[in-house]
Amino acid sequence: MIFDKWIAAFTHEKLTCSACKKEFSVKELRKSHYICPECAKYMRIGGRERINQVVDKKSFEEFATGLSSVDFLEFPGYADKLTKAIDATGEDDAVICGHATVGGYPCAIFVMDSRFMMASMGSVVGEKITRTFEYATEHNIPVIGFTASGGARMQEGIISLMQMAKCSAAVKKHSTEGNLYITVLTDPTTGGVTASFAMQGDIILAEPNALVGFAGRRVVEQTTKSQLPDNFQSAEFILEHGFADAIVPREELNDTLATILKLHGKEQAAV
Amino acid sequence: MTPYEKLKLTRQNGRPTGIAFINGVIDDRVELHGDRRFAEDAAIISGIGSLDGMPVTYIAIEKGVDLATRMKTNFGCPKPEGYRKALRLMKQAEKFRRPVVCFVDTSGAYPGAEAEERGQGEAIAENIIEMLGLKTPTISVVIGEGGSGGALALCSSDRVYMMENAVYSVISPEGCASILWKDASRAEDAAQCLRITADDMKNFGVAETIIPENYEDFAATCAIIKKNLKDDLTMLLQKDDDTLLADRYARFRKFGIYEENGETKGTVSYTC
Ligand SMILES: [Zn+2]
Repeated sequence: MIFDKWIAAFTHEKLTCSACKKEFSVKELRKSHYICPECAKYMRIGGRERINQVVDKKSFEEFATGLSSVDFLEFPGYADKLTKAIDATGEDDAVICGHATVGGYPCAIFVMDSRFMMASMGSVVGEKITRTFEYATEHNIPVIGFTASGGARMQEGIISLMQMAKCSAAVKKHSTEGNLYITVLTDPTTGGVTASFAMQGDIILAEPNALVGFAGRRVVEQTTKSQLPDNFQSAEFILEHGFADAIVPREELNDTLATILKLHGKEQAAV
Repeated sequence: MTPYEKLKLTRQNGRPTGIAFINGVIDDRVELHGDRRFAEDAAIISGIGSLDGMPVTYIAIEKGVDLATRMKTNFGCPKPEGYRKALRLMKQAEKFRRPVVCFVDTSGAYPGAEAEERGQGEAIAENIIEMLGLKTPTISVVIGEGGSGGALALCSSDRVYMMENAVYSVISPEGCASILWKDASRAEDAAQCLRITADDMKNFGVAETIIPENYEDFAATCAIIKKNLKDDLTMLLQKDDDTLLADRYARFRKFGIYEENGETKGTVSYTC
C-alpha cells in the first residue's frame, strides 16, 4: 500500500513527494504548507496538520471524539482495514471535527483525512459531519469543511449511502438558519461526498490540481470511449465548468477564509 | 431468490419500467419536459397527474423497453439535466403544495465525460438537499434497481417503498466485487455482503413499505401502490410544513451504526 509507505515515512519525520520522489523533512514541509519544495506538487495533508495550518493558534477544540466504526455487516476485510487505518493514522476514523477561530472569527470545522481508508464515508464520518453542522446551527456560526474522499464506504452497505442524505439534511438546516458554509475541495474529492456536502457549500473553494469528480476516471473513459483531457476532473476543470467559486493556493487559504468569514460578520452572535 | 437473482430480475427484459408504473398508477397525466437550463433528458419522465383525484407531480427514471428506447434513455442512467429537470418539477410541486411521487430504477447516474463537465455530482447533491427541505410530501418507490447516489437523488423522501424484488445499494455488486476481489464476476458474493434486498431495506429503516409483485396482474400491483400512496400522502398532507420537515429530518438523522466511547449507538437495530 502506498499509504503504509507514506505513514512509515511520516513517523520518521520524512516524506517523499509522490511526483518527484524527493524526500523532505516534515519540518521543512510544514514551512512550505506541504507544497513540494522541489516540484511544487501539492502533497496530501493529514487532518491535524491541516487544522494547524488553517485555524488560529491554539483555538481548535475537538468535539465528537471517541466514535469508531462497527463492522455490522461482517463485511469481508472491513475489520482488518479499520484496524490497519487506526494503527497507521492514530485516528478513530476519517474525519476530525471541532470548533476554532480563523482570523479571530469563530467557526466549526471538519477535515477529512484521506490517509484513513481514502476517507470513505461510513456511519462515523457521516455522524461526525452531521454533528458539526448541528453544533454550528445551535451556535449560529459558519462551517468550514475540508473534503477529501473516495466516496461512500461500501463496507457499510446502504447505511453508508444514507450518510449522504443525513449530512445533507444537517447542511440544509444550518443553511436555512442563515449560516455560512464554505467547502474546500482537496485531493481527492469524489463519489458520494462530491454528490452531497462537498457541492453544497455557499462558497466552494478548491486546492490547485485537486482531483474533484463524481464517477471514477476509468469508468468515464469506458463510458465515453475516448481520450479525456489531461486536466479532466481537476480543480481547474471544475472551475472552468462553473462548479467551484475559486481555486486558492495553500499559502493564501488562511487569509481567504478569514476574509470570507469577516464579510459574513456574525462574530458578535457567536459562542 | 438470492439477492443477486433479484438484481438480475430487475434488469430482465419485460420487467415493467418507469413508464409502465406511471401509466398504471397516475391518472390525468400531463408530461412536462426539460430542465430549462440545458436540455431534456429522456432517462427521466416527469409531469403532473392525479392519484384518485389527488393532484401529484410524478418523476420516474425510465430504463427503456427495447434497444432503441434504451439508447435514448442511456439505459436509465440520468444525466445532470435529468436530475435538474426533476428538481425543477419538485420545486414547482412545492409551490402548489402538491405531493411528489418518484419511481426509481437506475444502475446509477450517467458516468460519461459530458455528465462530469455539467456537474453530475453537483446535480445529485442539489437534488438531495433540496428534497430534504421540500415543503410538500414526497414518496419514492424503488421499482427495480436503486443504484447509489443516482437513486438517492430521487429517494431523499418522507417514505420509501420497495417493490418486493427491487434492490437498493450503495454500489453495484459488480463494482463492489471488482474493487474487493478485482473480479467483477464475483458480483453474486458482493450482492450477498452488501444487503440490497427489500427485506434488508425494511430492516435498516431505509424503506417503510414493501409492495408485493404480481406481474400476472400488473394492474393489481399498481392498485396496491396507488392505495399506499394515497393513504400515506393523505396523512402526510395533514402535517404542517415544520412537522413535515422535522419528521423528514428525523427519518434520515437516525441512520448510522457506530461505537461511541465503547457503547454501540445508532437507533437502527440490525444484525446479520
Ligand atoms: Zn515533488
